[in-house]
Amino acid sequence: MRRTLGALTASTLILAPFLWLIVSSIAGQTDLLERPLHWWPEHVTLSRYREIFTGHEGVAAQFRSAMLNSLIVGAGTVVISVSVGTLGGYALARLTFPLRRTTLLSFLVTYMLPPIVLIIPLYLLMARFGLLDTKLGLIIVYCSLATPFALWTMSTFFGSLPVELEEAARVDGCTRLGALVRVILPLARPGVVATTLFVFLLCWDEFLYALIFTSTSDAKTIPVAIAEFTGRNAVDFGLIAAGGVLAALPPVLLAVVLQRHLIAGLTTGSLK
Amino acid sequence: MLLLPAALVVFGVVLWPAGRALVISFLDVDSPFPGAYPFVGLRNYTDILGNPRFWAAAQHTLYFTVASTTLEVVLGLGLAHLLAAPMRFRWLFRAIVILPWALPTIVNGAMWRWILNAEYGALNALLTQLHLMGDYRSWLGSDPFLALNMVVVADVWKNTSLVAFFLLAGLSAIPAELGEAARIDGAGSFRVFWRITLPLLRPTLAAVLVLRVIEAFKVFDIVYVMTGGGPASGTQTITFLTYLQAFSAQRFSSGAALAYLTVVAVLMLALIYLRLLRQQEMRAS
Repeated sequence: MRRTLGALTASTLILAPFLWLIVSSIAGQTDLLERPLHWWPEHVTLSRYREIFTGHEGVAAQFRSAMLNSLIVGAGTVVISVSVGTLGGYALARLTFPLRRTTLLSFLVTYMLPPIVLIIPLYLLMARFGLLDTKLGLIIVYCSLATPFALWTMSTFFGSLPVELEEAARVDGCTRLGALVRVILPLARPGVVATTLFVFLLCWDEFLYALIFTSTSDAKTIPVAIAEFTGRNAVDFGLIAAGGVLAALPPVLLAVVLQRHLIAGLTTGSLK
Repeated sequence: MLLLPAALVVFGVVLWPAGRALVISFLDVDSPFPGAYPFVGLRNYTDILGNPRFWAAAQHTLYFTVASTTLEVVLGLGLAHLLAAPMRFRWLFRAIVILPWALPTIVNGAMWRWILNAEYGALNALLTQLHLMGDYRSWLGSDPFLALNMVVVADVWKNTSLVAFFLLAGLSAIPAELGEAARIDGAGSFRVFWRITLPLLRPTLAAVLVLRVIEAFKVFDIVYVMTGGGPASGTQTITFLTYLQAFSAQRFSSGAALAYLTVVAVLMLALIYLRLLRQQEMRAS
């Protein structure tokens, strides 16, 4: 009984702000600015969502292009960092070479390094190569965040697989690469899935780099678009709320559907 | 061979810039264009240490870090117990708890900024309609300390669920028989928690605490979107100040020096943590 009560309280505290965001995104503008506030709006409208999906100019269209940019940048970073991290993670887990432990630890340290340290020289470098405000530039810097992480999680994951399987494959005549592709990779799929998800969410959520490295709708990602619009004075909060709900949708759906993968990845990746 | 691509990426976008930032922090770089900039030694560092804005930002960062991680760990512990408990609709409860973690940080900040809005915010409406408060107030715009606390609230709302899931993993590793045996011997639930669960959970607790402290220490985005550093610079954190120095004032060297001071602080935290861990292990053996 006490537990049910606790769970109900926790759920209410968690859901209330979230529901208010959703209600705000469909409430008419007059409802939002009313005092005293009604908790359920008199006018319900989906116009903001329609505007974001079909609008040609203004903030709504910016939200759409920002979301598209976020998708492209996230996908690009996932492809590079997960493939690089899988190969490297395997090497770190299986091969013995000098300074193996040091290499592994240095990857962990780079992951903990405050991004603001890397931003200044990267900014100067990007400015020189004309990569500021491009999606490619953003993909490159996101790899600096994602690759150490992918390496670390994948090497932990490979470490948890039995060595005997590969040895058997190699006795049967597989090369090391053959054993990796035919035997280990299929087994490592849950690890790859979890890492892919985390890297994607990392990119989707990242703000500081995106704020500094992008300036127009060519490369601006969704967090930057939302933050920028929120900071203005005369604000149509309903539109921000709609943008926020849409921005929250991919990670929330992924998290709820793939709950088990995420929790397992979360704990093995960073705690061991 | 397999490691080469990884080494290239990490070297290119992590180690090289990290080294370069250190060099920049000893120069006086004041524009994004390449050129010969004068070497100034430690002057950027001494300037920062003599600047009251730095100490104010350090204080805000420290307060934010201590307040948010403490609340997150305490509330997260309770939440983890609830998540572990057998109950009906547990899958639903777990799905609800994972929501704040999945919500992008910027959306979270924008959401709370709207809830805390001085004229139209839901919190003002709720508190006045329940007659807990006479009139609307400005949560983020007048009192710097109140604003800082509100940023803590928003951060706690989002990150407690992450802490809870970490601790849940730790809890499920503790054999249930231990608690049952203690109960048979007559221990109450509080004693079981205090004497058995907590000591066994200590490694997980320590790990999650350090992770959260390091994250909280670097806090930037939620401050940016909720308060923009205000009111009266009262919510400026060290990363926020670094951002202003480097990218608003174009004083890249000063920014790099500030960033390195953050690195030193984070490394010290990591060392303290390792020391604590070793002492615990020695005491245990």
